[in-house]
Amino acid sequence: MSTTTTVTTAPASAPVQVGDQWYPIRRTAEALLAPIAALAGAAILFSIFLLCLGASPADFLDLVWRGAFGSWFSIQNTVQRAAPLLLTALCVAIPGQLGLVIIGGEAAVVLGGLAATVAALPLINTSPIIVWAAMAIAGSAMGAFWVGISGWLRAKLNVNEVIASLVLSYIGLALFNHFVEGLLRDPASLNKPSTYGIGDENMLDTVPWLDVHPGLPIGILACLICWVLIYRTSFGFASRVTGGNIRAAQLQGLPVTKLILLACAIGGGCAGLAGAIEVAAEYGRSNASLNAGYGYTGILIAFLARFNPLAIMPMAILLGGLGAAGGLLQRRMGLPDATIQVLQGLIFVSILASDTLYGRFRWFQPRGGA
Amino acid sequence: MTHAISVEAVGIGKHFGTFHALSDVSLKVTPGTVHGLLGENGAGKSTLVKCLLGYYKADDGGFIVDGREASIERPADADALGLGMVYQHFTLVPSMTVAENLVMSRQNVPSVINWRSEIAGLKQFMERMPFKVPLEVEVGSLAAGERQKTEIIKQLYLERKFLVLDEPTSVLTPQEATEMLGLVRGLAHSGTLTIVIITHKLKEVAAFVDEVTVLRRGRMAGSGLVKNLGPSDLTAMMIGEPHAPKNPERKGAPSGEARLAVSGLRTAEDSGRKGLSIDSLIVHANEIVGIAGVSGNGQKDLVEVLGGQRPIASGSMQVDGAPYDASREQSQAHDVRVLPEEPLRNGCVPPMTVVDNLNLRSFDLGSGKSRRSWLDRTGMATRARDMIAAYGIRTPSPQAPIGVLSGGNVQRCVLARELDGDVRLLIVANPCFGLDVKAVAETRARIMAARNGGTAVLLISEDLDEILELADRVAVMHEGEIVHEMPAEGADPQEIGRHMLGHHG
Repeated sequence: MSTTTTVTTAPASAPVQVGDQWYPIRRTAEALLAPIAALAGAAILFSIFLLCLGASPADFLDLVWRGAFGSWFSIQNTVQRAAPLLLTALCVAIPGQLGLVIIGGEAAVVLGGLAATVAALPLINTSPIIVWAAMAIAGSAMGAFWVGISGWLRAKLNVNEVIASLVLSYIGLALFNHFVEGLLRDPASLNKPSTYGIGDENMLDTVPWLDVHPGLPIGILACLICWVLIYRTSFGFASRVTGGNIRAAQLQGLPVTKLILLACAIGGGCAGLAGAIEVAAEYGRSNASLNAGYGYTGILIAFLARFNPLAIMPMAILLGGLGAAGGLLQRRMGLPDATIQVLQGLIFVSILASDTLYGRFRWFQPRGGA
Repeated sequence: MTHAISVEAVGIGKHFGTFHALSDVSLKVTPGTVHGLLGENGAGKSTLVKCLLGYYKADDGGFIVDGREASIERPADADALGLGMVYQHFTLVPSMTVAENLVMSRQNVPSVINWRSEIAGLKQFMERMPFKVPLEVEVGSLAAGERQKTEIIKQLYLERKFLVLDEPTSVLTPQEATEMLGLVRGLAHSGTLTIVIITHKLKEVAAFVDEVTVLRRGRMAGSGLVKNLGPSDLTAMMIGEPHAPKNPERKGAPSGEARLAVSGLRTAEDSGRKGLSIDSLIVHANEIVGIAGVSGNGQKDLVEVLGGQRPIASGSMQVDGAPYDASREQSQAHDVRVLPEEPLRNGCVPPMTVVDNLNLRSFDLGSGKSRRSWLDRTGMATRARDMIAAYGIRTPSPQAPIGVLSGGNVQRCVLARELDGDVRLLIVANPCFGLDVKAVAETRARIMAARNGGTAVLLISEDLDEILELADRVAVMHEGEIVHEMPAEGADPQEIGRHMLGHHG
């Protein structure tokens, strides 16, 4: 007795209607125009702010352009800042697909860097390739573990992941300082406590021909892979279903716990890798320089990009450029250092506010009966 | 005692943007009568009464209350005229007593309440009422029927002379409904109140209503004295066709081994509500088992358990003789599907596209029953296009987010997805809630077609008529337990109603 049924013909009443073929294009346009409008809005607000300070918005724009993209040196500076931001933004964007807000990327960066250093130290006399591989694996594993804790707490104990990841971030930074200033400290580092170095021969060089930070191609590759993961695989689809409506996901029997753990681990792995690359390309050792706020700026970028890995790329460049221009602005316009942070804050608030624009304008909406 | 007043709406028009919710609708309610306001979902019934009660401002037309032209701009105006409404969902505060609720509902509550004199006043007031409710009892502990009565008492306490009841029997058992409508009719005919009942139940109209006004798609479809109108006249006015769609035909008898077997099922207590305690529940192939019960007696928990949204404390669920835990692997292996109530909230991902939503069951399935890691986007689009065609889903684009579709079309999407391919066990919860007559008929026909094709169906519904129409067997739930089971054929609604309230024997 195993009769089953296939219902394909039944009292269908409405005619098939598949009109409005341009809708997907208009939807994309909406998704592009809303953040552009938000950036324009932030620029206007910031101009008013500058005028209040007695500074000229035009000069400001000019200086930002020169400081961020105006010369080969400034482009390199921008890229160097953008490279880790690509990865730390992914640390927010991947769990973000499941509706989680992970703000603990900073700890994943520093602990990832520390783990990479520790993994490299016993291998410094082998070959650079082996050292780099060990650093990459150790760094991302450490980041995956650290952010994974927040995911585990969320999935198993229903602890709010925002609070958990924030608190774990403080703990992570404390652990990092403890090791760098204690057990792993190189006695030769006097003013700035640091671990032993991985050796000059094991440092990652800039990208051949282009002469840019080696984190850039890795970060871009990671963004592309994550985009494919989110939009082209079953894992990504299930994650988006869970993020869109967890009740529907449960009804479909999707393994929500597993998805949360995996997404947090992948995100944390990206941030940990960022730390490993910073050590291998910039500092050669772990010290307080790693704790440069990349994790926090990554949150901003992920929200600006609405958690889309492709959109993270331009946004990381934009914010990397603003950071690179900071020093120039300070020197030339006599503006306080925090001015850039004011601009970042305005951009953030405008982008969040622009979420309310979606669906407001009829032109972008699907047309025809329903 | 107040005295009933006449209310007349003349040529009411109301539009939202380009959508005309009401055009040139008139309503004439004779004092001291029960007037039925009939129509399908979306016909404009609630828009009309909202205009009358001042929640909306009508764009055209006017109102005549008690023989005088009245301008109703805001709820306070309707209040002053003695117009009131009892909503479908209760508006009493459950944690307060009846007396507290009554006093708090007044316009002029003093800053310091002298409860002794208030209670004395309420007792005197209650003496004059045609039916009584206990004053000192918390509203939360009252049965649905009692709460409904309290709502009406509240309106009388506020000295309303005209009262609108919005689908007043939707949460009541048949006995409670009959009693309540009898009381309401008595109030009207004694000249205390003029009553308008919003409803779609033609049986209630025939038994308790004096006159009707029928709306269809925001326009007048007819009106008249109930004694001059037959059910087919009313149906014709409501849906534009003389006959409601026929009940779907039942073919074949329940057979074979148990498809779904639940035994000894217990769930944890949930915020003070009793958990489930089901000793045995079995559904066979070719069978619809209907679970009846007053809303809030564990039906929702049961659906959540079977759908994997709620953990069980002990007991077992078996499908085709094998243990079942509602995981994706097992629901796919055994072809178990779920049609949840409120499909947009429980079964769809509103920001994702229609194509994506139609593929929630199958996006990770390859040929045979293998898993796929990469999405087959062409296959998904093709499958969605077939479903859109087969189920007549109206969507502006397959790429539109499902959240923009109308309720009926969301329901079609979920039906199409959950009934796609082989279905061995189907769990259905309140499938017709908020749908119009045609969509209801279509939904029921599809559920029956699945049953006739050999699917085992567990139908959990708060609409007893729906259960009696579709089910082969009826089980009644009360406080998380199945307290009674009987064949649906020849089942007595009164008896089921008694079991729903927990009166056995």
